Amino acid sequence: MSVDTAPRRVAKPRSGMVGSSQGGKWWLYVILTVALVAVVAPFVWMVLGSFKGEGELRQVPPTWLPESASLDNYTQLFDKLSFGQFFTNSIVVAVVVTIGNLVFCSMLGYALAMLDFKGKRFIFVAVMTTLMIPGVVTFVPLFVLVANAGLIDSLPGLFLPFLVSPFGVFLMRQFILGLPKDLLDAGRVDGAGELRIFWKIILPLCGPALATLGILTFLGSWNNFLWPLVVAQSEDRYTLPVALALYSTGQNSTNYGLLLAGATVVIVPILVVFLIFQKRFIEGIATTGLK
Amino acid sequence: MTAHTGTTGSPTGPVTPPPAAAPGRPDDRSPRGAGDGGSRTSRGRGTARAREGRAAWILAIPFCLLFLAFTAWPVVQSLFMSITDTRARDLRKPFSVNIIGFDNFTKALSDPIFRKAAANTAYFVLVGVPLTLVLALAAALALDKGITRFRAIFRLGFYMPVITSIVAVAVVWRFLLQDPGGLINTVLGWVGISGPNWLGDPDWSMPALIIMAAWRNFGTAMIIFLAGLQAVPAELHEAAAIDGANAWKRFRHVTLPLLRPTMLFVMVTTSIGYLQVFEEPFVMTKGGPLNSTMTVSYYTYQQFGFGNYGLASAMSYLIFVVIAIVTAIQFRLLRERT
Repeated sequence: MSVDTAPRRVAKPRSGMVGSSQGGKWWLYVILTVALVAVVAPFVWMVLGSFKGEGELRQVPPTWLPESASLDNYTQLFDKLSFGQFFTNSIVVAVVVTIGNLVFCSMLGYALAMLDFKGKRFIFVAVMTTLMIPGVVTFVPLFVLVANAGLIDSLPGLFLPFLVSPFGVFLMRQFILGLPKDLLDAGRVDGAGELRIFWKIILPLCGPALATLGILTFLGSWNNFLWPLVVAQSEDRYTLPVALALYSTGQNSTNYGLLLAGATVVIVPILVVFLIFQKRFIEGIATTGLK
Repeated sequence: MTAHTGTTGSPTGPVTPPPAAAPGRPDDRSPRGAGDGGSRTSRGRGTARAREGRAAWILAIPFCLLFLAFTAWPVVQSLFMSITDTRARDLRKPFSVNIIGFDNFTKALSDPIFRKAAANTAYFVLVGVPLTLVLALAAALALDKGITRFRAIFRLGFYMPVITSIVAVAVVWRFLLQDPGGLINTVLGWVGISGPNWLGDPDWSMPALIIMAAWRNFGTAMIIFLAGLQAVPAELHEAAAIDGANAWKRFRHVTLPLLRPTMLFVMVTTSIGYLQVFEEPFVMTKGGPLNSTMTVSYYTYQQFGFGNYGLASAMSYLIFVVIAIVTAIQFRLLRERT
């Protein structure tokens, strides 16, 4: 590779970096493009495959473009396997979980960042400690708890345990700490109640943090799969990943076209959300370091 | 809105004194409860403080209740369960369980499948974390310094696998990894390599999962590296280049030392995630073939499925302990030289 580039920047190997960083190196584009194709290819292949028939999917060597594209897989998915219901369940759970996190985490985040109260330090330390505990630790007792509350196989059983997250509090607190404290005093002088200050003055300024938390929470809930797998036991409570996981290992495990269509239904909505909010999303990842 | 200007020192109100007058009201400088206006007595300030505390608790209560019920309580309960012989049938009568001390822990540690799972998890972490980090760093360096155009497109594409559901990804990857006829082995065939039976061969099943995990996770690390690279000043690079340092030397002696905090962060978070590896074997191989992809988290989940709640809790705490130790070691190693 370096041999090829040599003639392009002869005589100045030392300042090469400075010069080339302006235009970029063409071979880097080649490598990156190959890498991009490799990374994205599974998705492209998935979407194309979802329009193929069973026979074509079993062909060796595999084809890229469908020879005869049809929507059969999708009609079967929604007519026979009630993916519409699963889709609705996924949406409902994700929306409730997201709203819960936005409201409750910003409330506590504000209290921790701006207000003074007894027990503040204790709450903060407790929340931060659990941030490090892996999910597998709480899994069994959580299941026992939800089972004893009679919430197995119910929508509340799916979303209640996720309405708040230590991470959300951390994110909101860090953001609100950066806002000027004068805002509070100003509101108080105006005679606004403490809760009104939070609602009317602080929250409207939290847009970027709320957006980040909202996107991350929605995504996490949409893709969450282990918890709904054990809690949703009858078909009309399945979320999309649960249905797909069960079908891909159960009776339909050899119906590839159907599975690829199912995978597309799970992935594409989140891809669309991601493409709309990607800038904010990536900023959020970069600043919080968590997905 | 009238009193507003006084406190914020905004120059809009011509009647109010300029900001310089603020020190004339010393209570404005006091840390708390000052906002209620200088006219309040000390008793009035006390109630303002109490009001603030009350408001704070009203804001905190919803979170705290949910947190207590669904996070704090399960953590404690799990610790208790791990020293009991709790099984699924004890669900309805929690007082019938026996405390058996550390039996669950010794049972787990002497279980050959658990040991195998621990070895597999170590394999996954020791190969998977460096692979993921190298890919992420290479991509971040290329996007940060190497190219100037189409950055956003590459960044977006590389990040795409991160946001997708593992279940859906597994459907696709199982298909890609098929032998014969899978896309990956077909492509390998073009260059004369006859690919292995990835998921059917005990020697290749774990590498297949590692490749998949790296594919799925390097985007996150890349984004964080990109943010870290913003902090490396271009002048340093230029100065080093003028001094005759080649690209590798500049990377080694300029970029890498400045990237150390980012490196630590990415390494710790990736390791924590990989130590808990569960989803990949669950959706791809069910731990097989011949337990070659059985991981500790997945084995824990299996014990939970068998109804051995006490044993499963003990195993989950073992994972937690290992995570804590590995994190501490990484902090030591990477922090020392900064």
